[in-house]
Amino acid sequence: MELDTSTMTALWGAVILSGFYHGVNPGMGWPLAVSAGLMEGRNRAMAKAIGALAVGHLLAMLAILLPFSMMTALVNWQKEIRIGAGALVIAAGIYLLINRRHPRFLSRIHPTKLVLWSFLAAMAHGAGLMLVPIYLGICGVETADGGHDAARELMGQNIASAVFVALAHTLAMTIAGGVIAMAIYFYFGLKFLSRTWFNLDVLWASSLILVGCFGIYLAFEGH
Amino acid sequence: MTIRPDPTFHATAQLAMQAPVENYGFTVMLSPDGAQPDGIAVIDLNPKSDSYGSIVHQLLMPNKGDEFHHFGWNACSSSLSPLSGHAFLERRYLIVPGIRSSRIYVIDTKDPLDLKIHKIIEPEEVFAKTGYSRPHTIHCGPEGIYVSTLGGGGKDGTDGPPGIFIMDCETFEIIGQYEMDRGKQDKHYDFWWNLPQDYMVSSEWGLPPQFENGIVAEDLLSNKYGHSIHFWDLRRRKNIQTIDFGENYQMALEIRPAHDPKKSHGFCGVVVDTTNLQGAIFTWWRGDDGTWQSKKTITIDPRPEKPENLPPLLQGFEAVPPLVTDIDLSLDDKYLYVACWGLGEMHQYDVSDPMNPVLTGKVELGGIARGTKHPGGGDFAFGPQMVEISRDGKRVYWTNSLYSTWDEQFYPGQEGGQMVMAHVGETGGLELEPDFYVDFPKGYRAHQIRLEGGDCSTDSFCYPNV
Repeated sequence: MELDTSTMTALWGAVILSGFYHGVNPGMGWPLAVSAGLMEGRNRAMAKAIGALAVGHLLAMLAILLPFSMMTALVNWQKEIRIGAGALVIAAGIYLLINRRHPRFLSRIHPTKLVLWSFLAAMAHGAGLMLVPIYLGICGVETADGGHDAARELMGQNIASAVFVALAHTLAMTIAGGVIAMAIYFYFGLKFLSRTWFNLDVLWASSLILVGCFGIYLAFEGH
Repeated sequence: MTIRPDPTFHATAQLAMQAPVENYGFTVMLSPDGAQPDGIAVIDLNPKSDSYGSIVHQLLMPNKGDEFHHFGWNACSSSLSPLSGHAFLERRYLIVPGIRSSRIYVIDTKDPLDLKIHKIIEPEEVFAKTGYSRPHTIHCGPEGIYVSTLGGGGKDGTDGPPGIFIMDCETFEIIGQYEMDRGKQDKHYDFWWNLPQDYMVSSEWGLPPQFENGIVAEDLLSNKYGHSIHFWDLRRRKNIQTIDFGENYQMALEIRPAHDPKKSHGFCGVVVDTTNLQGAIFTWWRGDDGTWQSKKTITIDPRPEKPENLPPLLQGFEAVPPLVTDIDLSLDDKYLYVACWGLGEMHQYDVSDPMNPVLTGKVELGGIARGTKHPGGGDFAFGPQMVEISRDGKRVYWTNSLYSTWDEQFYPGQEGGQMVMAHVGETGGLELEPDFYVDFPKGYRAHQIRLEGGDCSTDSFCYPNV
């Protein structure tokens, strides 16, 4: 139990931290909120844009996590599912490491369709995948705690966790991105935009590989 | 790919104005008869340098007869939008098309004093992948590098309309045609856009048989050159509105949108009004109902002249038409510079109120039947033509050639390539710098200028001024 509690804390910590990580990255959209605020000359426009980016990101997380939460109903295949998921995330990381090109279709989205853009940008960069091993880890700990729940109950519980994970992650992302956007908008000015922008492509892809390996490790450890 | 955004990328036009000033300029060297290869000259623009105002390096191409005209950067401030997904490009390569050969050179400027050819795209590839020919204006934008063309397919470029094609901004591979629905657009010249507002504007010169062997007087007098501008939904690649200025407004060329993306207006220069030989500038803007409007806001009158002083083409008119061949807007959207290539004048208008421009400065140099000398003592062949403004708006550079075959018709017997610079006064006004006079090597003419780190006809900004 001692170990389970600390593992659980660590996993939820990872959900929040990955949210901050996605949020501070200008590539995930906060400069668009600054731009929206300035274009309309209203703070409300910025708030609306931050909200739109958050909705798109949340949908992208759910689109990835929910199918996995369905699969967790296959209790007997848990280990295989988790190893498979880990391998998938590693593969996505390796792919992004080799192919550094950003998909051109993203640049064809109208600048005001931020929900769609945020959703597709998160999907294209595997932002949801990064959460999968962490999420499966959380499900694993819960299952170990709960013992012998019926499959149906277990699935309901896992869907609920998926929604919580997606919400917590997106909330962290929105706070991080929102704080930076507001700081630039109200205090620092746009010259800080290029100063806060770092090329995280390699770090991002490596994070996916790392998280995937961690997921496989957890599967073997039994959590 | 870099770790930080290129320091020459700026979120706003205001920030670009505050950036360090230019040290080098890149100017097209054109061999009008194709006797020598075309090239790019590098000019020292640092007043503290010993070689200030001279050509310090030149790169000649391995082919002849390309006819260089316009060119542009592979990347600019437009990269600073998350929407484009390529924030870590370097402003490093010049994309230089030959409008006669349809060949495209990608030139590496990593060391401005040692330019290198990075890639050559042969004409056959341009034809096969785009169906267009005679590539011309370059802009970097959301989907990569956009290239406007002057010709369609076939030998004389009239098989299908000309248009824009897109190149990959990293590999420089040609991707294909831009347009999905071109509407009425059947001729092409310049284009530019407003990225956050997601619109593009394009203009019209004429089809290749109307310019390649010289201006066709009958076509001009029967108003067969372009006189419309087209508004596009940039990302949907669709022509949403065409404005016809009127058929007498022949050759609607340069499109200059306001640099601050919060504004929804811009300008377009018209070479000649065939009813009275005036030059004209139209202001275009988006009305309250969302449709595009335009109005003629500047006219420049022709100058009466005795026929014996005029080239054969103009003798019947007994006047020198202004011939507005290039315009450029300062980054603060305050001054519009208008090259009157026929008169031999560079005008400066205060366009703070875009509907009521005010003439605030004027410089005479060269010109038909006038040939004003440079204050430094040198000759200036032809008239002021391609104009480029420093980012801070304090210096205006220009060259003198319009287009190989047209130079001969309007200025028979003249030859030479010159680049000059004028200072802009604190409250407007324009004064030529006597010590800045670049005389190009014998046999070469000068055309478009690009400034190191970006200039006023390169960068598109994704964030409004504050």
